[in-house]
Amino acid sequence: MKFVDEFRAPELIAKAGEEIRRLADPARHYRIMEVCGGHTHAIYRFGLKDLLPANVELIHGPGCPVCVLPMGRIDDGLSLAANPDFIFAAFGDMMRVPGTHGSPLEYKARGMDVRIVYSPADALKLARTNPTKHVMFFAIGFETTAPSTALTLKRAKAEGLPNFSVFCNHVTIIPAIRAILDSPDMRLDGFVGPGHVSTVIGCRPYDWIAMDEGKPVVVSGFEPLDILQSIVMLLRQLRKGEARVENQYKRVVPWEGNRAALRAMAEVFELRPYFEWRGLGFISQSALKIRASYAEWDAEQRFSVPGVRVTDPKAAQCGEVLKGVLKPAQCKLFGRECTPEQPVGALMVSSEGSCAAYYNYEHRKPVTIANAPSN
Amino acid sequence: MCLAIPGKIVELDSQNALHAVVDVVGVRRKVDLGLLQDEPPVPGDWVLIHVGFAMSKISEADAVDQMRTLTMLGEADAAMEEVRGYGLENDGQDSWGQGPQSGNRS
Repeated sequence: MKFVDEFRAPELIAKAGEEIRRLADPARHYRIMEVCGGHTHAIYRFGLKDLLPANVELIHGPGCPVCVLPMGRIDDGLSLAANPDFIFAAFGDMMRVPGTHGSPLEYKARGMDVRIVYSPADALKLARTNPTKHVMFFAIGFETTAPSTALTLKRAKAEGLPNFSVFCNHVTIIPAIRAILDSPDMRLDGFVGPGHVSTVIGCRPYDWIAMDEGKPVVVSGFEPLDILQSIVMLLRQLRKGEARVENQYKRVVPWEGNRAALRAMAEVFELRPYFEWRGLGFISQSALKIRASYAEWDAEQRFSVPGVRVTDPKAAQCGEVLKGVLKPAQCKLFGRECTPEQPVGALMVSSEGSCAAYYNYEHRKPVTIANAPSN
Repeated sequence: MCLAIPGKIVELDSQNALHAVVDVVGVRRKVDLGLLQDEPPVPGDWVLIHVGFAMSKISEADAVDQMRTLTMLGEADAAMEEVRGYGLENDGQDSWGQGPQSGNRS
């Protein structure tokens, strides 16, 4: 397999741009939310906004797991791991996310045993190889990642591994979309649906958005052409007054999702009655907790968790940006107090965060597919 | 990140049916096949990998597309760092300090 450092089918990209301009009714203003942070990243990186007419506006959604995690959960996880017999294990993108008294990386600098793992299975391995320590995996992610944590917990239970637990922050995308649609200051016309979340949950869970809310959803891939084609598909539906769920990313997303992954999640997790999301507040049944049958491997059931609630720094407007009410650059701290090097809010940390994407690409525009040759 | 990494199944683990060795652009690591137990892959199959678990079977052409997508998104290096970081074969090694600390993998 070789890398191809070119845009796929630049002529098709130009055509998709033309088709979007043709389909968009000049008398209307379209507000389309891309739910997934990976799409937000791609949209900024490729300057896709430049290919859209002014009346087709992309609103960045909540699909960045690091961004929506409230600071209190980070504080809770770090306070558990303050025990010298603990190893705090997490994915790399958690490491620079600020808690009240610093990020996991800063805690490591102060002597806490903090490890980056690339897989929850590796956190399990750390527990096997460090039998005198307790390894707590700080789990984040949507349905893309939750099945892997579920299988890891099943393995831990099967082995009876005593020194491993998961601090579970897994969230589910559908209730967040519902909360956004219920928000009175948000008017949306349609959704670019998440790609890899949908490999797990499939396309059916979005049916209610089309049927009950009357808004089209197109599950999309991540290339510029994928995203533009998805916008074309949305505009076609809107033009005809239709609202359906369509799958642009058929090459990866099966309509029914991954049943084995869904079974693993159902066996290990249950829905929390409610969970706090940064910016969106408490959303009922929006997150996963570990079932009582796995209590021994659930950090929250096994240890005493402070249950800290922390409001974000007042000046930072992460919540408004997360809800799509403000654009990143409209936040008072953007680019001054809050930068990717010194992030105040999580949206500036993750490459999926709209602030980091906006900061890195919006002004520099290193890749300009708007200028790609059309033939 | 919700981006998934394409790899080719090279061999199944004879000791543990839930593990297989994948090849991702020349880097070989063990991944977990537990999420594909309904349609277990065989050597030669292409899969998408996320945080050390194969999450779906794809065609070779789609695998090439997916790696190109990662390259275009500037995520190919992070993807390879992730794959190299999978510690299933390196018992006891601290993965800390084996590369740049980006690893945006959620």
